[in-house]
Amino acid sequence: MSALTEIRSAPHIKSPRSVEQIMRNVVFSLLPVCAFFVYQYGLSAAASILVVTAACLLTERLFVRLGGQAGDLSDYSATITGVLLGLTLPPGFPLWMGFVAGFTAIALGKALFGGIGFNVFNPALVGRAFVQAAFPAAIATYTPSFLPGRFTEFIPSSLAWPLMAPADTAAWLKGMQLDAWTGATPLAKWKFEGTLTDAGDLLTSLAGHMAVGPSPALILLCGAYLALRRFMDWRIPAAILGSAGLTAWLIYAIGGPKYPDPFFMLFSGGLILGAVYMATDMATSPVTPRGMWVYGGLIGVLTVMIRYYGGLPEGVMYAILIANAATPLIEQITQPTPFGKGASIRAGRSASYTLHPDYISREEAAAKTSKKRFFKNKPKKP
Amino acid sequence: MKLLSYFRGEAFQRGVHPPGFKHTADMPIRRLPFAPRLVVPLSQHIGRPSRPIVRVGEEVVRGQPIAEADGWLSVPQHAPATGVVEAIELRPSARGPWTESIVIRVYEASTQEVLWGAPQDMDAFPPQEILLAVQRTGMVGQGGAAFPSHAKLALPAGASVETLVINGCECEPYLTCDHRLMVEHSSDLMVGIRHAMRATGAKRAIIGVEDNKPEAAEVLRRALPPTGDIFVEKVPTKYPQGSEKMLITALFGVEIPSGKLPLALGMVVHNVGTLAALGRLLPSGQGLVERVITVAGPGVKRPGNYRVPIGTPLSFVLAQAGAQVSGAGQARQVILGGPMMGQSVASLDVPVTKGVSGVLVFRGEDMAANEGRKTYPCIKCGECVESCPMGLNPSMLGMLAARREYDLMGEKYHLGDCFECGSCTWICPSNIPLVQQFRIAKQILREKAVA
Repeated sequence: MSALTEIRSAPHIKSPRSVEQIMRNVVFSLLPVCAFFVYQYGLSAAASILVVTAACLLTERLFVRLGGQAGDLSDYSATITGVLLGLTLPPGFPLWMGFVAGFTAIALGKALFGGIGFNVFNPALVGRAFVQAAFPAAIATYTPSFLPGRFTEFIPSSLAWPLMAPADTAAWLKGMQLDAWTGATPLAKWKFEGTLTDAGDLLTSLAGHMAVGPSPALILLCGAYLALRRFMDWRIPAAILGSAGLTAWLIYAIGGPKYPDPFFMLFSGGLILGAVYMATDMATSPVTPRGMWVYGGLIGVLTVMIRYYGGLPEGVMYAILIANAATPLIEQITQPTPFGKGASIRAGRSASYTLHPDYISREEAAAKTSKKRFFKNKPKKP
Repeated sequence: MKLLSYFRGEAFQRGVHPPGFKHTADMPIRRLPFAPRLVVPLSQHIGRPSRPIVRVGEEVVRGQPIAEADGWLSVPQHAPATGVVEAIELRPSARGPWTESIVIRVYEASTQEVLWGAPQDMDAFPPQEILLAVQRTGMVGQGGAAFPSHAKLALPAGASVETLVINGCECEPYLTCDHRLMVEHSSDLMVGIRHAMRATGAKRAIIGVEDNKPEAAEVLRRALPPTGDIFVEKVPTKYPQGSEKMLITALFGVEIPSGKLPLALGMVVHNVGTLAALGRLLPSGQGLVERVITVAGPGVKRPGNYRVPIGTPLSFVLAQAGAQVSGAGQARQVILGGPMMGQSVASLDVPVTKGVSGVLVFRGEDMAANEGRKTYPCIKCGECVESCPMGLNPSMLGMLAARREYDLMGEKYHLGDCFECGSCTWICPSNIPLVQQFRIAKQILREKAVA
């Protein structure tokens, strides 16, 4: 009379949510963004994303094999790193440098710390920071979007031989005879030349031959999908954009028209991509809800500060990396308040019944409800 | 976050929404036949085990006391069927260790009428005697905790109770026995509430029902006595609403201070099953000999809500409900209670006891989906932090548990407040057995505290 039964620990049911599911959805939500990037820059952009992602996947595979780390390619986390890194590099970035960036991202940014879940810094940004230091000229070389022959020919710098300097794109561009092209990103134009680009144009990324990344509007849309399905925490982008916008507006309001308007700050450069996809990397952002606000706020303020007062036109990457480093500290000071340990235990607005007004606990004087709502002996709502 | 919960119309913060699986909600309570042998453990409750007052070979009548309470925090046991005491020996229990139990061989020819017990005029009893009468019924909390009901109704010196909260949430998936009790035995429940209010001196009673049981709330509203001091309140469905702290937050919007009982706010919480049973047993002076359980799960062919004698072995319950125990499609896991907090049993010889609210059966194929799931390191998604009803940080606790930093967990991260509802483990995308780690940590801290 003894059947074979198993003993397991409760809970015996499990929600369908899994690491693979979250990561897979992030990759899917990035596909429209990638498509737009390829539409803007053509063949070179597609090759760049593919090479960087392949480098990330190969490196991940290598270290999982070598190090016995948890996770593998099937969890899609290395794919996310690769695609994001590809989106942040200039489309004409030499492919071999892209490969170096991908390798560094996973090796230095992730595997060194112990693999999935243990990384301290966002791997994609570690890779980008590395190539920014190693190849400063190449990473600052942007080419215009929507070039006429973009789907049939590579940007010449893309196809540089490994360890060789890339071909000069300036001469190549001259042959195109584009009007109003100055060879800089809108942020660099503002920083070094003092000319502003219209925020509306930046939002769609469709006007003219601007050297910009995928449309912020599209990124926000894809991010909204993730946030609605709860694969991403909406608080972090909200905090970043809120604090960056507020800081930029304050400086604009006080400092006057020599500073750009806050919308230019929000939609230029990589702020939207960073806020929606980079800063929300789960492993490197705080787990506590209050911590997310602090973390996002920090990134927003740092970004604007670096852009205004630093030597670089763009500050999102360093802002996120600094906030990543501060994450453990932020978590420490924003631990959630346990149930029943808060300062106030007064009745909330959702209460259907009041505590008895005669009742005043000797131990918990704060348990007294407000005088307005006396014991009515019946529910407020029928 | 409070604002968010408010906009969503949620009663308490955080928590999870597991699927309901309440397929048996519309099935009336049916009686199960008597098993040939019933096993009544002497320790079915929190507190000291009962002392047997029958000998082997003695004939017992259904409802007759067969063991007496050993002190205040203990309850008597009653014969669940007319028969003969076959043995008083160690038998397997749900918790694992074998416990002293009285085995009764049931007389097949008996009508199994409850012949024991004399009607008593409960309304004439002073509160102290009501408590004794409650203790004589052998009642323990029917929601699962199995804490002696009379001890919960008794007030410590100096305390006063204004509100009796009746917990009809039944937030665990699959379970529907409280739902059926509210629908079918609402008048018994009202009698039980009245006696409990008199015993505690409560001025009002509030029945909290989750809004996925509108039928139960409707029936209860119609059954309310004209005195006007008993209310029925629907609360938004969310797990773990059935925890008394969460229910009180849902009803009154206050949080019970950590480490305190609802008594600190002048409240006592009882389960609907407990009070419905008391409402039937107290006036007739009888003892608790049977209870309603939900038998469900994908491995059961005839799921339903069954009234079973205390001491019925699980193997008999499963056979009656049509769950296979051998061969293809056999039961691979049998759970006492709900799927979120219930216990797997090791042996089907384990009897149904006073605190068992459901028996769930899962076959191998039902568990296959989760079988191959890999456990990842914590990716710090923060889902657990947003699901913990007690406002803890399970992510941090889990990482500390992996490093065996148990003291730190207890001192700095409020491990003691965890009541093992399982929300964090249910939601965890990395498939980390958080609750199990916390159970171990709590056990180690308890042992350290004793040593």
